[in-house]
Amino acid sequence: MSKVIEGLRYAESHEWVKVEGDIAVIGISDYAQHALGNIVYVDMPEVGDEVAAGEDFGAVESVKAASDLLSPVSGEVVEINEELEDAPEAINADAYENWIIKVKMSDPSEVEGLLDAAAYEKLCENE
Amino acid sequence: MKYYDKLIFELSRPGRRGYELPANGYAADALASIPGNLLREEKPELPEVSELDVVRHYTNLSNKNFGVDTGFYPLGSCTMKYNPKINEEVAAMPEFAGLHPLQSEETAQGALELYYNLQQALSNIAGLAEFTLNPYAGAHGELTGLMVMRQYHISRGDTKRTKVIVPNSAHGTNPASAMVAGLEVVEVKSKPNGSIDVEDLKPLLDDTIAGIMMTNPNTLGMFETEIVEIAKLVHDAGGLLYYDGANLNPMLGKVRPGDMGFDIMHINLHKTFSTPHGGGGPGSGPVGVAAHLVDLLPAPRVRKDADGKFHVEGNDGKSLGSVSSFLGNFGVMMKAYAYILSLGKENLKNVGPMATLNANYIKESLKDDYLLPIEGACKHEFVFDGLKDKSTGVTTLNVAKRLLDYGFHAPTIYFPLLFHESMMIEPTETESLETLDEFIEVMHKVAKEARENPDMVKNAPLTTLISHPDETTAAKKPILSYRQLKADQNA
Repeated sequence: MSKVIEGLRYAESHEWVKVEGDIAVIGISDYAQHALGNIVYVDMPEVGDEVAAGEDFGAVESVKAASDLLSPVSGEVVEINEELEDAPEAINADAYENWIIKVKMSDPSEVEGLLDAAAYEKLCENE
Repeated sequence: MKYYDKLIFELSRPGRRGYELPANGYAADALASIPGNLLREEKPELPEVSELDVVRHYTNLSNKNFGVDTGFYPLGSCTMKYNPKINEEVAAMPEFAGLHPLQSEETAQGALELYYNLQQALSNIAGLAEFTLNPYAGAHGELTGLMVMRQYHISRGDTKRTKVIVPNSAHGTNPASAMVAGLEVVEVKSKPNGSIDVEDLKPLLDDTIAGIMMTNPNTLGMFETEIVEIAKLVHDAGGLLYYDGANLNPMLGKVRPGDMGFDIMHINLHKTFSTPHGGGGPGSGPVGVAAHLVDLLPAPRVRKDADGKFHVEGNDGKSLGSVSSFLGNFGVMMKAYAYILSLGKENLKNVGPMATLNANYIKESLKDDYLLPIEGACKHEFVFDGLKDKSTGVTTLNVAKRLLDYGFHAPTIYFPLLFHESMMIEPTETESLETLDEFIEVMHKVAKEARENPDMVKNAPLTTLISHPDETTAAKKPILSYRQLKADQNA
């Protein structure tokens, strides 16, 4: 059973968002890391890049597949998790501790359109 | 099987030779006529080995191979059919194999005739106006076909059309080729039965759509029954239809992509037309187009004039240009042509039904132990979503590896992405009932082992020379050369 954390919001494409003021911390869910298997590379944008809700901002590569990362919100990338460059497998160890990017949201109301923990748990059960 | 993992350089000993040249009895010294700046100062680092070393080395390596000639190879989507040896015999004929690409047309009329006849044969099989044989393989064909699509819209001044619709069940090469061709990918969803959701497609069809890429039968082996409606919708919206020829095998002589409404397609000669692939290539990915796109096909092309003479025609200004050196992989074309002529029109029509029967036989025989997500008759291949009993924790990967212990090649696994434990099985038409039964028996046995001794299956393969390579390290820190290996060992 994959872990889902209360208080985070989730996209149907299996990214999570943690809202800290107008900053959205974004990562992939435990379900996603489990489905991907051993992660060997995380392709991240650069600080200052614009991301749009529903559009890809990077990719995760595992021994099994390469999968696009879709941004749950729109805005500007203010920080990327540089530790993942050398240790992408950290996401396998803890998908919620190891965030991927931080975005300064241009439209914080977009978060309202995302799933809450209960709805996301249901989505995973049906996949 | 004997363990053997040496590189020929490791066998090298200074001064060891497999030959001896006689003393030079001629007065002329060839080296003296080469300018000093073109001569190398050090001797090349070639392995110094005896003839026996060389023979043993390559024989041992060849024994590590698995191919269609060794055993059953049900690798879904790859059409690993038997490669008849007459193909090789024909391709090795010195009259063809000894040709030079730059020799004059009049001295190569036979080769050009074969090339032209293959273009015609593929056009007839596909129901399309003309084929280029230039592309080197399937993905190269996809790229070429999409360049034709893009060029078509640009040549009409319709520059807004930059998007290509690709189903979420598509081969990974489809979106990749579209990106390389400078087009944007838009995904269309599949219905639970695996076919394209027409209702999901409709809203995507606006004036920015260059076309749609489809595989029919799709990657689940199911025929897209709504293809005529889809073709009409896409054409009415101003887009073109691209046919991914990877799954052409069951359609041979039965249904033609051109008749289904497709404008552009590629064919993998190395799949459908029995030429070697999977390490035994090279491939060949001819691209065919409907009449309104013929001018855009790449150059050079082979044409026949009124006197029956064959000519290599360069770019007339309308063509999108060259996509390969000379005319493509000619040896592969010879093998494909030999296959088409060996079978003939009537026997080509039997390929699809036999491939379809074989796939359905395996599917129905195994669906008690393996999860069949889509019921109903499939075409040449089908997909299981892993073992039916998920409680053992035995995954598709484990089953695939266990099959190696029984001497079978594994099916395609974890594709298509529609299911978590995909196992895609394509037996092809060239396998006998006995081979299919043997495979079915082993698959049942593995399912039983998974129930009774799951840990053993999870540790499989138990009999191969290499069983569990560290894929994570291999992906993160690949060792790509002998020099790098030596440096790592000395560090």
